[in-house]
Amino acid sequence: MTTEAQAQPHVQHPNYVKVWAILVALLVVSVAGSMTHIREVVLVAAFGVAVVKAYLVAKNFMHITVEKRWVPYLLIVCLLFVFILFAGVAPDVMRHSGLHWTNPSANQASQPAGEGAKRE
Amino acid sequence: MSATAKPLANTRNGTGIPTARLITWWVIASEIVIFGGLLASYVMHRIGHPEWAEAASHTNTWAGAFNTFVLLTSSLCAVLAHKAADAHDGPRAAKLLRLTSLGGLIFLCVKGFEWTADIHEGFVLSSGGFWSFYYTLAGLHGLHVLAGMIIMLIVAADAAKNEELQRVECIGLYWHFVDIVWIFLFPLLYIAR
Repeated sequence: MTTEAQAQPHVQHPNYVKVWAILVALLVVSVAGSMTHIREVVLVAAFGVAVVKAYLVAKNFMHITVEKRWVPYLLIVCLLFVFILFAGVAPDVMRHSGLHWTNPSANQASQPAGEGAKRE
Repeated sequence: MSATAKPLANTRNGTGIPTARLITWWVIASEIVIFGGLLASYVMHRIGHPEWAEAASHTNTWAGAFNTFVLLTSSLCAVLAHKAADAHDGPRAAKLLRLTSLGGLIFLCVKGFEWTADIHEGFVLSSGGFWSFYYTLAGLHGLHVLAGMIIMLIVAADAAKNEELQRVECIGLYWHFVDIVWIFLFPLLYIAR
């Protein structure tokens, strides 16, 4: 047990303004991408860029790469739990019918406007 | 208390990480599960309900983009405050933390205007699945921004006197996490249509 770690900075500070400029440039890319209205471009510009931005913030602002190894492991385990939740629940939520079940209210909600009226 | 007694929790370093920072990482880990669960639920419902695209088209992309810019800039201030604290420059760290808080305030004001416009257009929490998630996700995130601002002002008050400078990094870590959550909320709520 020591207080030495506190007295000495544990990180080398990079050029934060440069990192911020890159983040703002990526924000411009994601907004510009969304204006193309091309599905693939929008998805990559939105979510691909979001992952890169999150990595840049975690690496440069949170200094996660110079933190004790088990800290990123801890965060990855928590993310893993989220993926387990997604994998376990998504098949029931994303689909509205299966082998022995249907979700009529979800089906009804997903119908394009006017389709229900036509059937009636 | 004897002379060999353990120091206060925020100056102890039993794991190689000062306890205050260790606790901050645990908070962030639990927040990952909270926000991750909500985001995962939104994504699976959004994929299951393509008709939500119509509702999503009413969100204001420019307001969302401006708020992203504000949070990124406030994160820059927070990390510069950490750098100043490392240099034992408490007053500068305090000034930068207050600027970070100001960023949070601007963020919340923009959110307030945005929500007012949405509500005037008739889009409220009970208007449909998309709007339920929209208000829940953005509302929970907004509460985290507000909490961060309050804590930051308390930390800044001590930092201005060159006291408890180790807290500057901890509140910064929390703020960067709140920024990362918004980095994902922005495309999910404002871009994907």
